[in-house]
Order: sequence, then C-alpha cells, then structure tokens
Amino acid sequence: MTNSWTDIKNTDLVVIMGGNAAEAHPCGFKWVTEAKATRGAKLVVVDPRFTRSAAVADYYAPIRQGSDIAFLLGVINYCMLNDKVQWEYVKAFTNAAYLVKDGFTYQEGLFTGYDEQKRDYNRSTWDYQIGADGYAMVDDTLQNPRCVWNLLKEHVALYTPDMVSRITGTPKDKFLKVCEMIAETSSPTKTMTSMYALGWTQHSKGSQNIRCMAMLQLILGNIGVRGGGMNALRGHSNIQGLTDIGLMSNLIPGYMSLPTEREPDFATYMSTRGFKPLRPNQMSYWQNYKKFFVSFQKAMWGAAATPENNFAYDYLPKLDVPAYDILRAFELMNQGKMNAYVCQGFNPLQAFPNKAKLASALSKLKLLVIMDPLETETARFWENHGIYNDVDPTKIQTEVIQLPTTCFAEDEGGLVNSGRWMQWHWPAGSPPGEAKTDVWIMSQIHLRLKDLYRKEGGANPDPILNLTWNYKDTHEPTAAELAKEMNGYVLTDVADPNDPTKKLLEAGKQVATFGVLRDDGSTACGNWIYSGSYTEAGNMMARRDNSDPDDTGAFLKWSFAWPANRRIIYNRASADINGKPWDETRKLLWWDGAKWTGYDVPDIAPTAKPQDVGPFIMNPEGVSRLFARGMMRDGPFPVHYEPFESPVANVIAPKIRGNPVARVFKDDFTQFAEVASKEFPYAATSYRLTEHFHYWTKNNQVNAVLQPEFFVEISEQLAKEKGISNAGWAKVSSKRGSVLAKVYVTKRIRPLTVDGKTVHIVGIPIHWGFVGAARKGFTANVLTPFVGDANIETPEFKAFCVNIEPTTGPVA
Amino acid sequence: MNMELSRRQFLRTAGAGIAGTSLGALGFGGVEEAVASAIRPFKLVNTTEVRNTCTYCSVACGILIFSKGDLKKGEKATITHIEGDVDHPTNRGTLCPKGAALLDIVHSKQRLNYPMMRKAGSDTFERVSWDAALDKIARVLKDDRDKNLVTKNNDGVTVNRWTTTGFLAASATTNETAWCTYKVVRSAGMVVFDNQARV
Repeated sequence: MTNSWTDIKNTDLVVIMGGNAAEAHPCGFKWVTEAKATRGAKLVVVDPRFTRSAAVADYYAPIRQGSDIAFLLGVINYCMLNDKVQWEYVKAFTNAAYLVKDGFTYQEGLFTGYDEQKRDYNRSTWDYQIGADGYAMVDDTLQNPRCVWNLLKEHVALYTPDMVSRITGTPKDKFLKVCEMIAETSSPTKTMTSMYALGWTQHSKGSQNIRCMAMLQLILGNIGVRGGGMNALRGHSNIQGLTDIGLMSNLIPGYMSLPTEREPDFATYMSTRGFKPLRPNQMSYWQNYKKFFVSFQKAMWGAAATPENNFAYDYLPKLDVPAYDILRAFELMNQGKMNAYVCQGFNPLQAFPNKAKLASALSKLKLLVIMDPLETETARFWENHGIYNDVDPTKIQTEVIQLPTTCFAEDEGGLVNSGRWMQWHWPAGSPPGEAKTDVWIMSQIHLRLKDLYRKEGGANPDPILNLTWNYKDTHEPTAAELAKEMNGYVLTDVADPNDPTKKLLEAGKQVATFGVLRDDGSTACGNWIYSGSYTEAGNMMARRDNSDPDDTGAFLKWSFAWPANRRIIYNRASADINGKPWDETRKLLWWDGAKWTGYDVPDIAPTAKPQDVGPFIMNPEGVSRLFARGMMRDGPFPVHYEPFESPVANVIAPKIRGNPVARVFKDDFTQFAEVASKEFPYAATSYRLTEHFHYWTKNNQVNAVLQPEFFVEISEQLAKEKGISNAGWAKVSSKRGSVLAKVYVTKRIRPLTVDGKTVHIVGIPIHWGFVGAARKGFTANVLTPFVGDANIETPEFKAFCVNIEPTTGPVA
Repeated sequence: MNMELSRRQFLRTAGAGIAGTSLGALGFGGVEEAVASAIRPFKLVNTTEVRNTCTYCSVACGILIFSKGDLKKGEKATITHIEGDVDHPTNRGTLCPKGAALLDIVHSKQRLNYPMMRKAGSDTFERVSWDAALDKIARVLKDDRDKNLVTKNNDGVTVNRWTTTGFLAASATTNETAWCTYKVVRSAGMVVFDNQARV
C-alpha cells in the first residue's frame, strides 16, 4: 500500500477491482464502511462476480476476467477526452511532458523491438530523448507530438466505450457510469483509492493491470494524498516483510538486486546503478545504492567483507537467468535437474498451477524437507488418497523429512502489514510436542553445514564459514538480535568532519536512520529500508501509542512504518508545486516557507524547495511515470492481451496469443486450450471465501464446519443449458486435469456478451485438499495453467478455460 | 480512542469480587459471601495476557492471547483464549470468521509434534529424532552443494551459483525468521529461492 488501512476513511471514492476486500480482508474493509458512513464516500466494484464487496457497493459493473487493462485504458481515454485531468498535478509531478525517442512506436499489440523467437523486446527505444545538458528533454506546453502525454493519448484512443464493452463484456452504460464516478476525482479536492489484490496479480499481465490503475491515479492526482493511493491488499500476514527482506531468487533486502553473470565485478555491477538524476535538482535517492549495498555486505560477512575484496562481492551468487522463481523451480525439478527442496511454511502442491506437473516434479527429488506447524498436502504428496491424490507410494523414491515448527502464537518478532506497519508480537504459548522455531531450525542447518565445511572442506566454503553469526546463543538468535542487525549498526567510529573531536557515528551503536549508512565499510545494515525500526531508543516496532492528532488516520506512534516511519509514501505530492495542500480539509504535508511540515514524515528532504525538487524521489526524474521507459518487459504502456486460455481472440491484435513476452515452458504450451476452444468453452476463475484462509483453515474445526466441502459456482443460465441442478455434482475439466465438485447455482454469476458471443463464467473456490478437518476435496490447481506474469511470474490463476458436465458424486 | 481504563484493568476490577459494590456498602456482608461462593471466578482473571497479531491476512489485526501459565516466568503456557485487541487502530477489537477461530488453529489436530521421515518408496511417516533429521539434511545439502555448485561459468566468471537445491520461504513467519533464513540460504549460494509473495 502507498497509504494505510486506517487512511481509507479519508477517501471520496473506493474502487475495488481485482480484489474482494469485504470477503478476504473483512476487518480492513471496515474502513471503507467508515468512509461511506462519515464522508459519504462511494464504493464502486468491478468484478466478474457479484461479490460480498459488490453487495455493499454503490455501483457494480460486471467484467470478464482478464480484460481489466482494456477497461482501465478505456477510463484513461474517457478522462483525456473529457478533460477530467488534474492538470497541475500531471504537469508538475508526472513525465507527461517528457519527450520519447523517435524510434519508439506501437502497432497491432506490439511495441518497437519485438523478437518473436525470444518472446522478448529490445527496449532501447523505450526511453527519453536526452539533451546536450545530459538531462531528459521536456515540452512543458505538451505540444510536441513525441511527448508522453500525446503518445499516451494516441495509445488509448482505440479503447472507446464500444470497444471496451466489446472486449470486457461490461455493458456500455455501466462502463460509462463507472467512468463518470472515477473522473469526478480529477478535482484537486476529491480523491479515490484503489484497493486490489490477487484478482489483478494472478494474470499473465498482472503487473500491467496494476500499473494501468496507477497511471489513472496519477492523471487524477490521487497519489500521495490522504484517501488516495494504490493499495495492494496483501494476502498473508508477512508477505510484505518477506518481500522487503528479499527472500526471492534475484533480490537483496530493501529492493536491491542480486548480480547477474554479466556483472563479473563490483565496478560493473555499480555502473548501471548510479541513478544519475534525469532532471536538474532531483534527489534520485537510489544514488545511495552503494551505501545500502556495502552495509548489507558488512551485515552478512563483517570483517571478511573488505574494500580489497570489493566487500565480498564474489560471495554473492550471480544469476544466469532473470530469476529462479517457483515456476522455474518446478520446471527444473520436473526435468530431473534438482535434488533437494525445502518448503518452509508453504504448501506448493496446492499453491501452484497444474497439480499433476507439481506432483511429478516432487517425485523426482531425492529429498524434500518440510518445515511447518501443520500437516500439508506437499508433505504427503506420496500418500494415496483415492481420487484426490491417486499415487502409488512404492513408485515414489523421494525421501521426505517433516519438521514441526512453532506458530504465530508461540514466537516473537515483527510482521509487516499491507500499509508497511512493522508490528511486534510476543509469544503466548508453549509449542506442542517437540516443535521448534524456524530460527532454531535454520541455525541448526547453518551450524551443521559450517561444521562439515570446517572438517571436510569443499566447494567455496568461505561465504558459509564467514557468515556473521555472533549471537549470544548461536543455536537460537533472539528476535531482538536479528531485528537489530536488520536496522543496522556502526562498526567503526566515524569522526565529525566539522569537528574531529566529535564522533558522527560511534562503534557499537544502532543507526538511527538509513541516512547515516556509509559505503566505506564503517556501517552494517541487513535491510536499509528497516533502518529506524530498532534504534538506540529501543524497539520502535513495539510502540503502542494509538493517539492520532486531528484524526488523520496516520497513527505515527503506533509501531513503525518503513521507510522512516512514513505512513503515506509520495506524500509531498499532497501539496501543489508551491507546497500548498491541494485540499485544506485533507492536508497532509505543506511548505512553511523554510521546511516541510505536516501530519506525516515528509517523503522529501525537509528543506527541499517545492519548486525545485519533485515528489517522486526514488525516480531519477523526480516525477512519476505515465511512460515506464524500459522498466516493464511487456511495454512502457499497458496493452490489452487476452489470457493464454481465452474464450475469444484478442480483438485489438488477433494474431497475438496471451502476453507476447510471458515466459512459457515448451511442454506447458501444449497443455493450454486453444483460443475459443470448443472442448473447453467456459471462462473460469479461482478465488477465496471469507471463512477460509488458503489451505490452512481446513485444519481448523470451526472453519471446516463453516465451509466443509469443495464446490464450484455457475450461473442459472449455464446450469439450465447443461442440465446441472443446484447442489448436484459436476465434472469440471481443463486441458490439465479434471475435478468433481458440488455445484452452487447462483445469481451472483451471469453470462456476459463478449465480441457478440455469450461467455459463461465458472467460479472455483480454492480451499480444500486431502488433509485436514474438512471433507476431502479437489483443489482448483488441478485445472490451472502453468504460466506466470511477464514481469514477476505470478501464475495466471484468475483466467483460464474449462468445460463442465453434470455427473454423479464420488463413490464414498 | 485512548481509554482511561483499559478493558484488561476493568476485568481485573470486575473479577476482584463485589466488596466494593453497593451491596457491600449497605451491609449485606453475608449475602455477598454467599453470592461470591456461588460465582465461578472469571476465567481470564487467572491467565497471562500477551499481545500478538492475527496470522492470516495483511490487515494484521491486533489480538490478545490469554494463557494458563506465563512464558516470561519460564512456565509452560497453554493458550486458552484469543480475542481482538480493542486498542488496535486498524481492527479496534473486531475479528473476521478466521480470526475469531484462531484458538482452534493453535490447537489443531493437524499440528505437527515430532520430526518425521518418509523413506523412499514407503507409504508412511516414521518418527525420527531432531539430530537424525538435521544431520541428514546437512549431509544431503553439503554433498549436493559440493557436487553441483557452479563456481565459474563457461566464460570464467566467478558465479558461485547453486541451482540443484531450492528453498521456498513462508509468508507468515516474522521478519526476524526471514532474515535468519535469508542469511543461511544466500550464504550457501542458493538461487532457487522464492517465497509465497509469488502467488
């Protein structure tokens, strides 16, 4: 989230698209109710189903899953044509006026530089024209045909209300009504918040779904303001924290990136991470990258990271592919190229697409290690459970070790919520049996590996032998010790350059902020964005003062929000070019003539003059991007692409299948239904229910009673057409497998008319499996396709094709 | 929403007996005794209260966990009750159908108690000791790493990349667990490394 849950109360319009907060985030959704009750805010829901969120909406519009970009580009087109633009904001705080290189074009679904063989672009033309002064060229009058604003205008012109309706199935009048409601928030004194979740991420163009709404929010001037923002409703309690700390193939904590093998040395690595400002006076905060990186290396390897060895640069693995994400991991496993796999609190046999492929892959491992508080299907993938897991254990040679871990109620530490609040919690109960904390288990593995390398030697032992591990109890570091490492600390005294008798930094002390981190090895910091969370003043994450001066919803003394305890990022954009708040009744930050002040921690240097320094300090431009340059693999502007399995061809680019740069492994392509397949004619989508949390709560008696068994949802029309009765059984099949399910016939799903054709929707909740307290049932991932988003590889769970036929129930 | 008297304090006061009520003041001492002996003490009075966060979604509702026994005193603690934290700015004491049933996930019959091992081709898990499980894991990882760590690529560039063993991290563990995990995994050169944020 750019903002926070409690800030939603400040909005005028909530748009829920790509999510269902009332169902999946009920206690956060209460802030929508608060905004409606106290401000008269309106709620708009756009979704293929009439969801629980839709049930309390002021306006609901149906949409075919996988067509959100067409809808949103249509809204942008509407705003541009009808002058519903927050002009001052767009001109001052976006790259609308920037001139784009002449070589850049768009034609029939593709941008310049496409290579069909590689399924990739040469993105060299996707950039600004650079002037003789070294800065990006701009035309503040927006007259130049090559400026971003004019290119965008041309790009979205295709998405007329008629075209949008033709692609999305949203009736034209409903689309226009949503446009009108959204466009009202282009006023500087009106704002809109976007609440989205996996309904936008789980597509082969998920990143562009989100980017498209972010562009709309910028055009309306709704980013950086109270009640505005792009608000990702994250799924798990610490999915934000795990991402911040970079537990991904290609990440270093704090959104830095692991080197690739094209960066053989530190100098080459840094050469593309200079972040020289693209406009005069801009902060371009990533210019501090080296300080954060060196401090990270010092946190990892302490004295072994020296200026002479480039701070142990070679200790880091270097990638040969963009990332070894989970889809690639299972692909490699299935090819027999992996030997061991550790699942820590994760149940991939349920959580990833194409269960048959996942099971086949796990069967090829030598060792599978499970760390979990609960039984999981993954731990028992080799066990026969009849039709629900039809395997022969004698044919599976994988050894499996299952380790019992503590759960949330038995451990201590911080969790990061959607609004980036880092909240500390304390243990309340003793673990069951011999269950141990994950920290204890990871420590045992590390200490044993270290011991083996000491005794036996082996391949490149230094990064393991020299890993900083100076905890009081090496077998189980405390949460406080680990949190302090992430916050960062001083290794050697740094003298004050103005007064050498004074120390700027004192060895052994916690740093107060990432602003003091250095690139000379005198500071260590595990995760720079967490600096300030555990300082000499103590554990800031444990703060519990719930005061909120003037009821702004900021709660600055409750826990700690990264970065720097800032509650709304880009908050300098809540004031105009002179630093005057756009809306006095909803002011957040303002320029008092000498410095920035207000209700939040300024997201700008405190004395940066408002006319000089732009609000988007992480960008070298200092402004936000309507044109993404080469940052996105699939284009600087979003384009409507159909899902890989679609009931219709792409109307705007009929030759293009799916997202043209999404990675598809060879064998998976053969497992996709063809476009407009007669065999698999229905548009399916998967989702959650409020009574369940993924595959955990089927282990909970109460939740298992509330929603005891697997079912699918279809419309009355489809039920009639197929002769399926309510509570009857059906077989649902995709190109990858089939499931048996009870059928719930509902008015909440209705057929849509797409490009003149009737499209039926099949809804598939995800929560069941073959272990737990609920009835055994199939999982949605038997059906889903093995393909991910082109930028970040999140699987396309939300749009695929199936068939459904009536049948009898399973034999008990 | 600062409260003069926290609900916890209120419960303590309420549970302390009825000596301070009007009944006591009016001199019905005997009645009070009889009533007091008939009333079961309020269950939460004898528990330890700990602040925690709901383990499910990222709304991160504040919760209060009540236990018999106090971990801070080195006692064994059994969790007996979980409810919403009224002082929490986001949820203000409310919980959803999942949060309201948290107690049953803590005490789920599917909680794991002991390290288990399934041998190749077997149709069952067998109990093993922690030492046996961890020794085996360390041995397999070390052998695989020694055999398959790519120290240099074909161009002679130092890459120190290990792709034959992978690690899938969680989504509900703490930041501190995540950092500890990151250190152990990354220092080994493992790149097949991901977490639940992918979905």
